[in-house]
Amino acid sequence: MSNVTLTIDGIKVAVPRGTTVLDAATKAGIFIPTLCHDPNLEKYGACRICVVEIKGMRNLPASCCTDAAEGMEVYTKSEAVIEARKTILELLLANHPRDCLTCEKNGNCRLQDYCFYYGVKESSFNGIRKNHPIDDSNPYIIRDHNKCILCGRCIRTCAQVKERSIIDFAYRGFNTKVATAMDMPLAESECVYCGRCVAVCPVGALMFKPLKGKGRAFEIEKRPVTCTFCENGCTFDLNVKDGKVIGVTPREPGEGRPLCLKGRLGLELKYCDEPPKPMLKKNGEFVQVPWAEALEIKDLINKIIELD
Amino acid sequence: MTNSIEEISKADYILAIGTNTTESHPIIGLEVKKAIRNGTGLAVADPRKTEVASMAHRHMQLKSGSDIALLNGLAHVIIEEGLYAKEFVEERTEDFEAFKETVSKYTPECVEEITGVPVDILKEVARNYAQAKNAPILYTMGITQHICGTHNVLAVANLSMLCGHIGKESSGVNPLRGQNNVQGACDMGALPNVFTAYQKVGMENVQAKYANAWNVDALPDKVGINIGQMMERAGSNVKAMYIMGENPVLSDPDSNHVAHALESLDFLVVQDIFLTETARLADVVLPATSFAEKDGTFTNTERRVQRVRKAIDPVGNAMPDWEIICNLSSVMGYPMNYSSAKDIFDEISTVTPSYAGMSYERLDNGGLQWPCPTEDHPGTPYLHKDKFARGLGKFSAVDYVPPAEQPDAEYPMILSTGRRHFHYHTGTMTRRTGTLDKYYNEESLEINEIDAQKLGINNGDKVKVTSRRGSVEVKACVGDTVPEGMVFTSFHFSEVAINKVTNSQVDPVSNIPEFKVCAVRVEKYSAKNVS
Amino acid sequence: MADITLTIDGKQVTVPQGSTVLEAAQKADIFIPTFCHDPELSRYGACRMCVVEIPGMRNLPASCVTEARDGMEVYTESPAVIEARKTILELLLANHPLDCLTCPKNGDCRLQDYCYYYGVGDTPFEGEHHEYEVEEENPFIVRDMNKCILCGKCVRACAEIQGRGVIDFAYRGVNTKVATIMDVPLSESECLFCGNCVAVCPVGALQEKGLRSQARTWEVEKVKTTCSYCGCGCNFDLNVKDNKVVGVTSCDGDVNGRALCVKGRFGYGFIHHPDRLTKPLIKKDGEFVEAEWDEALSLVAGKMGETKKEYGADSLSVLSSARCTNEENYLLQKFTRAVLGTNNIDHCARL
Repeated sequence: MSNVTLTIDGIKVAVPRGTTVLDAATKAGIFIPTLCHDPNLEKYGACRICVVEIKGMRNLPASCCTDAAEGMEVYTKSEAVIEARKTILELLLANHPRDCLTCEKNGNCRLQDYCFYYGVKESSFNGIRKNHPIDDSNPYIIRDHNKCILCGRCIRTCAQVKERSIIDFAYRGFNTKVATAMDMPLAESECVYCGRCVAVCPVGALMFKPLKGKGRAFEIEKRPVTCTFCENGCTFDLNVKDGKVIGVTPREPGEGRPLCLKGRLGLELKYCDEPPKPMLKKNGEFVQVPWAEALEIKDLINKIIELD
Repeated sequence: MTNSIEEISKADYILAIGTNTTESHPIIGLEVKKAIRNGTGLAVADPRKTEVASMAHRHMQLKSGSDIALLNGLAHVIIEEGLYAKEFVEERTEDFEAFKETVSKYTPECVEEITGVPVDILKEVARNYAQAKNAPILYTMGITQHICGTHNVLAVANLSMLCGHIGKESSGVNPLRGQNNVQGACDMGALPNVFTAYQKVGMENVQAKYANAWNVDALPDKVGINIGQMMERAGSNVKAMYIMGENPVLSDPDSNHVAHALESLDFLVVQDIFLTETARLADVVLPATSFAEKDGTFTNTERRVQRVRKAIDPVGNAMPDWEIICNLSSVMGYPMNYSSAKDIFDEISTVTPSYAGMSYERLDNGGLQWPCPTEDHPGTPYLHKDKFARGLGKFSAVDYVPPAEQPDAEYPMILSTGRRHFHYHTGTMTRRTGTLDKYYNEESLEINEIDAQKLGINNGDKVKVTSRRGSVEVKACVGDTVPEGMVFTSFHFSEVAINKVTNSQVDPVSNIPEFKVCAVRVEKYSAKNVS
Repeated sequence: MADITLTIDGKQVTVPQGSTVLEAAQKADIFIPTFCHDPELSRYGACRMCVVEIPGMRNLPASCVTEARDGMEVYTESPAVIEARKTILELLLANHPLDCLTCPKNGDCRLQDYCYYYGVGDTPFEGEHHEYEVEEENPFIVRDMNKCILCGKCVRACAEIQGRGVIDFAYRGVNTKVATIMDVPLSESECLFCGNCVAVCPVGALQEKGLRSQARTWEVEKVKTTCSYCGCGCNFDLNVKDNKVVGVTSCDGDVNGRALCVKGRFGYGFIHHPDRLTKPLIKKDGEFVEAEWDEALSLVAGKMGETKKEYGADSLSVLSSARCTNEENYLLQKFTRAVLGTNNIDHCARL
């Protein structure tokens, strides 16, 4: 593939044709904020926080879905860009709860990171605020729609798994919301709680229930481990606080497949100092089950005992 | 320091002489303040009304350079009134009689005449110091930066021995050292007459020990020359010079002379983190790293060896000083293959008895005070416990000599120099912090309001300070921190290069210049810019 | 001193007579939250966050000022205790800006920690809110009195560690505020900017200006080292972000404890100053020209060698440095003696 050379903030960068301006900037060590962009997902260009100024272009294009072209002149920190980003943040804040004080995502939240970075303390927009109930219907994932910024990453990562795609945008305009079919609670949907959506959420809209109240990002050290339950080799993070493993969270799915619940439960059993009791849905209700059942190894254990 | 910093707050009485403790050594200043809160008595001898002087129960505002008279006067009262530690003097010291005879001349009345310190106050301080259970003497450059600096120190030591205030906790003779590792530089043998731990150059066994340790046939056994002599002989006997991390053009007296000396060298190498006034004169400048970019150890004023840890990679192509030396040495045919600062420290502990029990592993758990001769030795918080290093403590009878330069008709005032709270040394670092330099951005000259009135100087006016060697212009700060007839400023600012004015007369033993006294003339230069 | 034994949450603890209940609990590894308590400062008992239940005692005593007694029974997590603590947090939140979003102390704030721990996200108390102007005109310390919880640690640190007493409580009731004499900004007061008040502040009311504008609390790596200014030998933590020193914070130093002076705490800016030398310089025709290390070192080695050959080793002189490490001083004197062959080495010990 042929290369193109462009200039970003005065730095010359050569990248293969077809590379986005965002990727070119990253290559040059130039930071551009992103919310909806995810290198593992298809290009989206919804949140606009990654806008840049490109000489000769109308408006400010989103760098995550603009292809780099030969001779392009890009400015990532121009006055117009900064102003646009600040306005985007203010618009997001206009409808975002101010509860970093007790938010589980405090310290690992992109909205917070960028507000700090750009010094956006308040929103100058006053309007209606969402007041969705928190979906706490299942033992694994808490969904707080009030914190959702509609970046759509959860939807796209869920859709990557064959036969899943259990969430999508629902409703219109201000009422837009990420929902399951018929906007049912997660517990009543086809969700298998693999946690991919939680892993990619840039804010506090999706959280792991077993970790609620157990510590914030800056108190937790993440140690990656590879799951060995199947051949896919997904990576998970052991969450360590004060020397204790307090939980296991998905980091990245293995090629092709997907961070299953069974794998995560198995790792919790293996590594956690006090593993949470496994819960499985039976007849539409979550009930506590023995480990052997949750990991589907009851037969194996019986056979091992028999043989020994 | 013979004793430790933390012992200060437990003393019964503190005698601080020639030290602006709270400004120059703020953290030691906190210990002094803690002591006062604990009920400790404090006497300060200083011509200036410093913060620590204002906290003192007695401030002896002596005339600059009259320290020996004051110290001998205190000893006189103590002996006269029978308050000295007779047992200690008998068992642990020698030459007391000669000392007694010398100080007998320093009657309180005669001392008042020389120093200006009233008889009553002298007597009171003498009694309090002698009768205290534990009493440290703290001093800094106010004692040492005189032509009689060595004698000043001896007079301090005499007083301490006289009262038996040495070799025990919360007492002793405590010079507060001004630079982070001046103690270490001396311990490491960066001196012309000694190797590490003060092992003398020229002694056969010492020479052999180091030749063996360093794997060379022989080492030079003639004592080298000191910094003053280097500057004197630059261009004549001294042809090339290598300067690591010092800025003598600003820090040394009579800077015009120093600059001229360095310029007359055939070859000058300066290794530093900034292009200092000295580095500008160099033929080659080697970029070194700051303390944040290297591993190592510093030894503080209480002989505590502590770790310096690398926090960031060197800035640009700069290199830690130790690596520069290693590389240069290798180019010169003597390979130094240390892989880390730890390797060097391991070698130091093998040739330095007072550091022999130290290692990075031990220092990682906290600093250690030398002497620390073995791996299980806990370090030494205070020295001379049962015995002085030389055996018996020697009284050295010393007499008062006036400063080299006295005020006269042409130069009627005394200039003294020192430090400010917000700056450090030649300002190379503090004036590039973005904080200290913003807050304290201009130097001033302290002048007494009576003198100012006589000379028609208002607060903020620019004045010209002239001595026999040179002159500088500086903003006047009119007040009462200095007594009549005296002016004071710091050496932190190159715009006020006060060492163009100071006297390079040195103490004949220690070669310390007399920064604390020189004769100057002060004139109004221009009125304060009212706009 | 005699020892006494008490029971805390069912655990037996033995401590010296005179210990507080809080100290006893800490010894038994039982966590009790505190705002106004500091082991280095005088006992205060103002914030009441550390209350515990002790059967037989009226009300809930503050554990930081209650002496442990033999046979005492203490409960640190009883429903009454938890309720009291939650109420205290709610009262504090009633007059605290909820701007963790951009607060520089986010992640290192006791108020936040305890609100998270006790699940207090909101306050039922509505009342007057202060709108003090944030004081940031000095280059060292930012004071945001809107965030002050009046624990008084800064007041005590200034008086008891720094011995200056520059600040104290001023005004009354809800208007109580930590202030300088006549409530002037720090820069117009007797403050010397040691920053020891900042080091003890449990919330975002006092912040290091440089550090907090450059990095959030969890983004820095702390490296304990020894100060490079005067001879006191204070220890502190260099705060590093992206290979840059962005600030200095207190650690527990051998000599200094947590106390530092203005130079130690705020005088680190020189490390990344643009004037830093980053390449060897060689003077050619009176002008410095940048060079590579090899070239510079061979030039120095060559000139030193030639001079020695022509005029003898004693025509060379070396100045070592009271600013450099022991290792470097040792090496330079070794180099001078073993390689150059002279004892002409000295340093500026006398200044």
